[in-house]
Amino acid sequence: MRISTVLTAATLTVLGGFAPLPAAAAEKTLTVYTYDAFTSDWGPGPAIKQAFEAACGCTLEYVALDSSIGVLSRLRLEGEGNKADVVLGLDLNVMAEARDSGLFAAHGVAADTLALPVDWSDDTFLPFDYGYFAFVYDTQALASPPSSLKELVEAPDDLKIILEDPRSSTPGLGLLLWVRAVYGEDAPEAWAQLARKTVTTTKGWTEAYGLFLEGEAPLVLSYTTSPAYHMIAENEERYQAAGFAEGHYMQVEVAAMTKSSDDPELARQFLRFMLTPAFQSTIPTAQWMYPVIDLPEGLPPAYDRLVDPAKPLLFPAEEVAAKRKAWVEEWLQAVSR
Amino acid sequence: MPWWLPAGIALALVTAVVGGALLALGLAAPGLALGDNLADAYLWRVVWFTVLQATLSTLISVTLAIPVARALARRRFPGRGLLLRLFALSLVIPTIVAIFGIVAVHGRTGWLNDGLALLGLDRLHYLYGLTGILIGHAFFNMPFVARILLQALEAVPPETWRVASQFGLKSRDLFRLIEWPALRTVLPGAAGLVFMLCFTSFAVVLTLGGGPKATTLEVAVYQALRFDFDLGRAVTLALVQLLLCGAIVLALLRLAVPSTTALTEGRFYERPDSGGRRGLAVDAAVIVFAVLLVVLPLVAVAVAGFNAQAPGVLARAALWRAVGQSLVIALSAGVLALALGAAILLTSRSLRHRLGRPGAAGRLELAASLILVVPPFVLATGLFVLLRQVADVFALGMPLVILVNALMALPFVVRFLGGPMMEEAQRHDRLCQSLGITGWQRLRLIEWPGLRRPVALALAVAATLSLGDLGVIALFGSQDFATLPLLLYQAMGGFRMGEAAVIAALLSLLCLVLFLVIEGGLGGLRRRTDG
Repeated sequence: MRISTVLTAATLTVLGGFAPLPAAAAEKTLTVYTYDAFTSDWGPGPAIKQAFEAACGCTLEYVALDSSIGVLSRLRLEGEGNKADVVLGLDLNVMAEARDSGLFAAHGVAADTLALPVDWSDDTFLPFDYGYFAFVYDTQALASPPSSLKELVEAPDDLKIILEDPRSSTPGLGLLLWVRAVYGEDAPEAWAQLARKTVTTTKGWTEAYGLFLEGEAPLVLSYTTSPAYHMIAENEERYQAAGFAEGHYMQVEVAAMTKSSDDPELARQFLRFMLTPAFQSTIPTAQWMYPVIDLPEGLPPAYDRLVDPAKPLLFPAEEVAAKRKAWVEEWLQAVSR
Repeated sequence: MPWWLPAGIALALVTAVVGGALLALGLAAPGLALGDNLADAYLWRVVWFTVLQATLSTLISVTLAIPVARALARRRFPGRGLLLRLFALSLVIPTIVAIFGIVAVHGRTGWLNDGLALLGLDRLHYLYGLTGILIGHAFFNMPFVARILLQALEAVPPETWRVASQFGLKSRDLFRLIEWPALRTVLPGAAGLVFMLCFTSFAVVLTLGGGPKATTLEVAVYQALRFDFDLGRAVTLALVQLLLCGAIVLALLRLAVPSTTALTEGRFYERPDSGGRRGLAVDAAVIVFAVLLVVLPLVAVAVAGFNAQAPGVLARAALWRAVGQSLVIALSAGVLALALGAAILLTSRSLRHRLGRPGAAGRLELAASLILVVPPFVLATGLFVLLRQVADVFALGMPLVILVNALMALPFVVRFLGGPMMEEAQRHDRLCQSLGITGWQRLRLIEWPGLRRPVALALAVAATLSLGDLGVIALFGSQDFATLPLLLYQAMGGFRMGEAAVIAALLSLLCLVLFLVIEGGLGGLRRRTDG
């Protein structure tokens, strides 16, 4: 009897939480497919929603999927019948596949304010943030980190690292491409050497970074901007990124509008908004990546103390699409020996 | 009611969900390319490793569970009841939480290594590799098997112990003549379930296995479905997993023997082997080992949760809304799983006792369990393809999560409730027939008093299992829907490990409380055996 009362009360409480707010009549709605790290309370999503809604007099709705890759699979599953106006959060390395799906429309947005370290002239996809992969190290466990990828690969095997799996995570794929960019055809040999130093290879960044913070290894594959989180949010200098002489592989996250959008003008307005300071200023301290324009207020001071990659490394998206399978297979052979 | 109807309805639901999802996905694929996919050397390497690690993990879990169940059956000690409830917890906390609990204890800078360092010994790096996989899977599954075995041991009629003590049987003979036959009635089923869980393990195998050498079929499915968007390959791999696992578990079930519960007066007799110093020492060692294996990682999770960020995290309204939604999902899924499980068992009981077809009964129970080996990504994607043609998938979020969670919990309900329901039938079938008690009257008057505790246990397990599950919702994407595990992942994904630790501890505590409330409230506070 008592349990049922509690149950009813709980149900009512929760259903109350579900009740939709009365929507203003005939208000326009923009639907954005993205991943949940973006829309979570810790991500930039909530602030961006508020700012855009104030500017457009419309409602911005997020559909939060489980990952950047999940966003693309969802869209491919839905095909032409998708409900998205804008898709935000595709990784550069899946851009070619996304383009081939034929679901995206040209954005027609002037991208002259872009301040990326590489040239950008794509008529379908617009970048909204970027970063560099890097090995983050624990200064209390490692006094002198390797200063190049070569030094890491050739370091004694008791230098331990934690990696992500390229079959299930974007940083993992990033390192695969990084090693390929530096070593070319000799990549398998480098991987065999890296494998001997690898404590574990995880499914995703979350597990890897968590294990690193637990002290399971002094080095982890992450981003050059990861230390900014510790410096800004935790006032902690302990975790730093190791700068590599060969350069750092880039990650660029992009957005695009769909062909099937029922309000292309609103979608375009969002893409334009995406390149303004109102959107971009949330990126450094909520997404922990670099904004794609020069912010009027500049970057947070902590960003001045991050590793500045002398040379950004990047394969064209088409080449990644064509060779990814072969390179993953090659990696698998090299590290499973 | 015809004997086949209850399971007919339940199985129709399971088949509709699993079959519908696979079929929808297969039809959506441009081509299955069955031959190409099956001729792949990589695939068979992965299959081999998957079978190997699942077999070893099952063997370890079951081998450890036997002495633990035995020690628990013949000892009463302070904290025994709590230990049993913590045992239920290890199965239900989210994988990622468990991994971090295990690393905090066994990792390179874990408690055990800190202990060695304090003693001036070298740190041991044993966790990552096959050892890690086995520790991880033993942590998840040993307690669950131990509970099922304990249930079987406690069902041995007290008269048996009296006769045994009159004959002056030694501990070894007791095991051979009394305990082993009792264990054999439930062991194959429990082992089959553990095998399926280990077979489909993904994050544990990859993370604690130390690298890509430790790849299960589930990783290949993930890769095919998510990175390569090769629906045909994903469906093929899922079918391989389903068939292979099904065949192995079916073979395992052939080892099962029907239970032979005799009539009992139901009075309590002391077991003849509870005295003796050597037995006591062995049992104490076994229980200490089980505590180290299972309880320490849970303690590590709790300790990590008591950090400076706890007050801030606990003050967030979003957290409590997620708690509310998680509880609604857990209770609804638990009740649904219980109903489905009871329906299947009603039919399998008829098959076993009234129609004399125990083999068919075993296969029926297996069929209900096979949903465990359908990769969640395949299930979710298939359901999405299936449902988006008929309904708004956003509106379906909540009911769908409840349905899928209930189906995932169904095998556990069948395991925990199966034994007791068969015993009830053996005890009371003739009496009920001769007195003409049927239907609701029989359920209320005859079955409920005997089944109350196992029903509560099954519901508690099913509900907590659903509480800790991330569910398929993350793949569907939806607004205003958050469960605790989802919040946990989001916090970790945003660097907020401290906050994630608080949520993990709260989630574990919630699982424990929910378990205690259901088991204590519904099962009755009269604890004959949980002391």
